[in-house]
Amino acid sequence: MDWHAGCSNSPLKSAWGRIEKNKQTKYIKERTMNKLVKKLALLLLAGSIVAAPFHTFAQEEEAAVVEEVVAAVEPVVEEVAAAVEMDEDYAALLAEQGDGAYAFDFFVTSNLWTVIAAAMVFLMHLGFSCVESGLCRSKNTTNILFKNAFIISIGLVTYALTGFNTHYPGDFNGYISINGPFSDGNIDNTFGYGGVGLAMTGYGDFIFQAMFAATGATIVSGAVAERVKLLPFMIFATLLVGLAYPVIGSWHWGGGWFSNLSGGEGLKDFAGSAVVHAFGGFAALACVIILGPRKGKYVDGKIKPILGHSMPLASIGVLLLWFGWFGFNGGSVLSAAPGGVSLVFMTTALAAAAGCLGAILLSWIVFKTPDLTMALNGMLAGLVGITANADIASVMGSMIIGLIAGFIVVLSIVALDKMKIDDPVGAISVHGTCGIWGIIACALPFLCPGTPFGIVGQFIGVAAVAIAAFVFSLVVFGALKVIMGVRVSEDEEEAGLDKSEHGQEAYPDFAPAVKG
Amino acid sequence: MSVKKIEAVIKPFKLEEVKEALTEIGIEGLTVSEVKGFGRQKGHTEIYRGSEYTVDFLPKVKVEIVLADSLIEKGVETIVKAAKTGKIGDGKIFVLPVEDAIRIRTEEKGDKAV
Repeated sequence: MDWHAGCSNSPLKSAWGRIEKNKQTKYIKERTMNKLVKKLALLLLAGSIVAAPFHTFAQEEEAAVVEEVVAAVEPVVEEVAAAVEMDEDYAALLAEQGDGAYAFDFFVTSNLWTVIAAAMVFLMHLGFSCVESGLCRSKNTTNILFKNAFIISIGLVTYALTGFNTHYPGDFNGYISINGPFSDGNIDNTFGYGGVGLAMTGYGDFIFQAMFAATGATIVSGAVAERVKLLPFMIFATLLVGLAYPVIGSWHWGGGWFSNLSGGEGLKDFAGSAVVHAFGGFAALACVIILGPRKGKYVDGKIKPILGHSMPLASIGVLLLWFGWFGFNGGSVLSAAPGGVSLVFMTTALAAAAGCLGAILLSWIVFKTPDLTMALNGMLAGLVGITANADIASVMGSMIIGLIAGFIVVLSIVALDKMKIDDPVGAISVHGTCGIWGIIACALPFLCPGTPFGIVGQFIGVAAVAIAAFVFSLVVFGALKVIMGVRVSEDEEEAGLDKSEHGQEAYPDFAPAVKG
Repeated sequence: MSVKKIEAVIKPFKLEEVKEALTEIGIEGLTVSEVKGFGRQKGHTEIYRGSEYTVDFLPKVKVEIVLADSLIEKGVETIVKAAKTGKIGDGKIFVLPVEDAIRIRTEEKGDKAV
């Protein structure tokens, strides 16, 4: 079930909760009886194991053992009888746990998983910083790291101020959602916040969603690297994550107009191939078109590659992103439901692996050399592709989705380069192009068996996100270009942004180690 | 006695052999730097993210030694022997006149300083 779309919060969530409860009432009663039987069987089994040594040492105590087992069963019988009287929510919670009910407390585990997943998504920002630094020249490293440090910080703060409550607005017209800061007053920090469907506290939900918020701007940061002027970029990033992301995201996660797609099935976008990745990718495309290519990239109609300065950094970054993606997708299960989390971990990993292999295969055939940066982009492409459908893809499906994403990303990078759209890290191809592929893949039954989502609905959803992000960025970044300029001067670009924008070099190679 | 300088531009992986050969003939110090350049070997093409580019400047190592005139011939001979592979790109050796040499610690001059 797509928890994300269904159980956001407040009126929506409680309505969903009521429907679910009605459906579950009968189910809960059956489960309670099943559990009683199972517990008894378990205890009898345990009893006979406990009894085994007694047989060896004192066979005449057999009768006593039987008594012991009976005594052990009694409290369980009482316990189950009490469970029948239990609070309905809690009974639903137990039912949700299924066969694992005896082993752990579902809610505590789920909430813990969600906040750990949030921390893993946080780590993705380090991954993005490394990839972007590694694939650009050393003279722009401080600038790139500065942008990334700013983006994660502004992303969290704007998500608290405008994002969270806008994303989960309850009743709104479905298109434009504006809301105030989230505060202690409107959030439930207990089980009552989301019940079974959203097994986490309000703050847990906030921090998990907030970690996603800055991603859109991070994607743009990579594409505009090495020539963008710092201050206008910071203003743009703030508006992108503080205004555009909450509004566009609410179409999907806030119960907005995307809910009507595919005949009311809604848009299938599990963890955000469209809402996060295509959003960032197409914002990046608009910015790059306004900004123009790096100096020296296209000379006399020829493409002159500008080499990244650190392949180790780029590799560390991509593998960190893959690690973080287990939190990005795995946390989007929105509980620690064993089936859901395991499925999503598997599909996520298989898609990343297949994406890497796909990109290696195609780039080696086409370019005749094994290009590391393409293998790395392929991994990310697979991850973006599986993000929309990680909870419905089959084993083979996830590998095919990744493999095709790996092909697509290579073709997309080459095509954009031919169009003189200069994207140093391949962000537009990885997040934009493969974001679209991930959304479309949700509608293909041979990849996602039994999918109720239609290809038209999926396409409308992802096209809407892409166009909205593109137009927003074109207008805002274009306005910034007119008002204050968005690009550094040629001299500054040649000197590197570390010197010209920050006066601080990342690698002060020839400076004396000790001064004075 | 006057001194001269040997500047040898060699293949980077030959540095260790050259250093050992020079140490064997009693040379006590040298200066090394990483340099790039091209000669008749020229560059080659590589591919980055689907686009070809030419690597014009190849990495080399430059060894600088200042020796007493009498040792120069032996020094050059030793470097040639150690750095040679017989393939294109083995590098070059230049011998330059040196006005004077001074050891900073003792202020000794000429061949006593090297």
